[in-house]
Amino acid sequence: MTQPQLTDFYTILPFTILVVWACLLLLVDLYIPKGRKSITAFLAAFGLAGTMGFAITQTGLSSTGFNNMVFLDGFSTYANMLLLISGLLGIAVAHGYNKRMGIERGEYYTLLLLSVSGMMLMAQAADLIIVFLALELLSIPLYVLAAFTRKLESEEAGVKYFLLGAFATGFVVYGTALVFGATGTTSLTGIFLAASSGTSGLLLTIGAALILVGFGFKVAAVPFHMWTPDVYQGAPTSVTAFMSSGAKIAGFVALLRVFATAFPSISADLTGILWAMSAITMIVGNFVAISQTNIKRMLAYSSIAHAGYILMAFVPYGNKDVLPVSIAAGLFYLLTYVLTNFGAWAVVISLEKAEGKGLELSDYAGLSRKYPALAAAMTVFMLSFIGFPPTLGMVGKFYLFRAVIAGGFNSLAVIGVVTSLISAYYYLRVVVNMYMRDGDPVAEREPGLAFTTSITAIATVVLSFIPQWLFLLASTALLR
Amino acid sequence: MNSVPVDYYVLLSAVLFAIGAMGVLIRRNPLIIFMSIELMLNAANLVFVAYASVFKSFSGQIFVFFVIAVAAAEVAVGLALIVQIFKAKKNINIDELNSLKG
Repeated sequence: MTQPQLTDFYTILPFTILVVWACLLLLVDLYIPKGRKSITAFLAAFGLAGTMGFAITQTGLSSTGFNNMVFLDGFSTYANMLLLISGLLGIAVAHGYNKRMGIERGEYYTLLLLSVSGMMLMAQAADLIIVFLALELLSIPLYVLAAFTRKLESEEAGVKYFLLGAFATGFVVYGTALVFGATGTTSLTGIFLAASSGTSGLLLTIGAALILVGFGFKVAAVPFHMWTPDVYQGAPTSVTAFMSSGAKIAGFVALLRVFATAFPSISADLTGILWAMSAITMIVGNFVAISQTNIKRMLAYSSIAHAGYILMAFVPYGNKDVLPVSIAAGLFYLLTYVLTNFGAWAVVISLEKAEGKGLELSDYAGLSRKYPALAAAMTVFMLSFIGFPPTLGMVGKFYLFRAVIAGGFNSLAVIGVVTSLISAYYYLRVVVNMYMRDGDPVAEREPGLAFTTSITAIATVVLSFIPQWLFLLASTALLR
Repeated sequence: MNSVPVDYYVLLSAVLFAIGAMGVLIRRNPLIIFMSIELMLNAANLVFVAYASVFKSFSGQIFVFFVIAVAAAEVAVGLALIVQIFKAKKNINIDELNSLKG
């Protein structure tokens, strides 16, 4: 044990800056008059952008801090960048929407910043204590945000998210306790050393499985997905956009880190569970999405289905040769998912009206006549969700399927391809509505939304032509 | 001293955890569900302190402090949400929280 040094603080510099900024913002917000909360939004975005600047300076560094409590490596830097991007986009889509829906309050941005900081800590966690603390730091602000409109639906979403989130936390904590009992340590590398020296046993496997259950709730994997459609539908759409991207990245990043660092020795027991979870999540998510008529619920099931695709990257985690490729494929797909998901939600937000109107699929009829650019962008996102060229979604799925086939799980790749084909049915239904039916939709024009929609649509298409470069970036983001 | 084997503690905690998990799934009152979640967390705490004394290591006990502190923070948010729902509906039965469906 050594006292914390300045270098320790450097390892979590972006996280520290963001937390301090969020606390200051909470105080500064008190002095910002009511109708001018755009200033708070701007300050929050400024804080995220500044944090991103510091995160960029940490590229290529690799160290640990606070007696092996946190890692700083390519993996965490990549994840931090992704999380900061989703925080920025989260503010961009929220700003106009909150004003329009009459929920423009300064706490929104503080809570969002705190949640992002929890997610960043999650990406750097090197000890199960930190994983637990980060999980709570990211979740508790999200519970509040989900109930932010103070309407009954929103509060209901908040309570449901809270109860099931706390339930999931119980699983994570109990799993951690059993892992501690089996190995005598909570440090990820310590668990790996103790487990590979042969002291492992039933206790360790059960502990790992319980941790998997807890995170399964967080990333909305079947059979732990029941809360997702209700919460995504009831929460303010701006929160849903942020939650479905940020919380999912954080959950998957933590799972990747914990499983690849601490539990490779029990992969024989866990691979089957992960395989089944991934397959059933893809199947259930895509099939149930077909029958949805509300776009928020449809996208909620789509996000469940995509959790299944990302889970594919975990299945070969015990195979040392395939692990780097599958981690890179998982990270790449997370980027794909964030861009596409935020774009799609931004379109939903621009069509949403007060009192939850404008959220049915039929409300998208005739969109291409009146707003050709918006309809084109939505088409890009839908194609990217399906995995259709020339979009990033196609490339992401290609890398994922390649990784699982390299790991020898051909049947899982087949399930992935078949469910992607099935998903085309409900994604293309949106496109058909926009281009082939008549209607008179009214979309809001807000700078934040226009920015998000255009930048994500352009990135989704353009980046798909230079995927090697991005994949290289994801491959350098390896675990220590 | 130290005559109770650690297995007993683990068994007791497993029972507590199972009771808590069943409570969350079966009971319909959010406050009871909430108590069941606390039971699950405390089952974990029991494992931590039991093994901390076996390993003669403090990290298990420190983890318990973290769990207690975070659970308190969670309670604050959770009760606030439940109070808001109660104000709107004069009722907090989970089965009646069904305005979201599809």
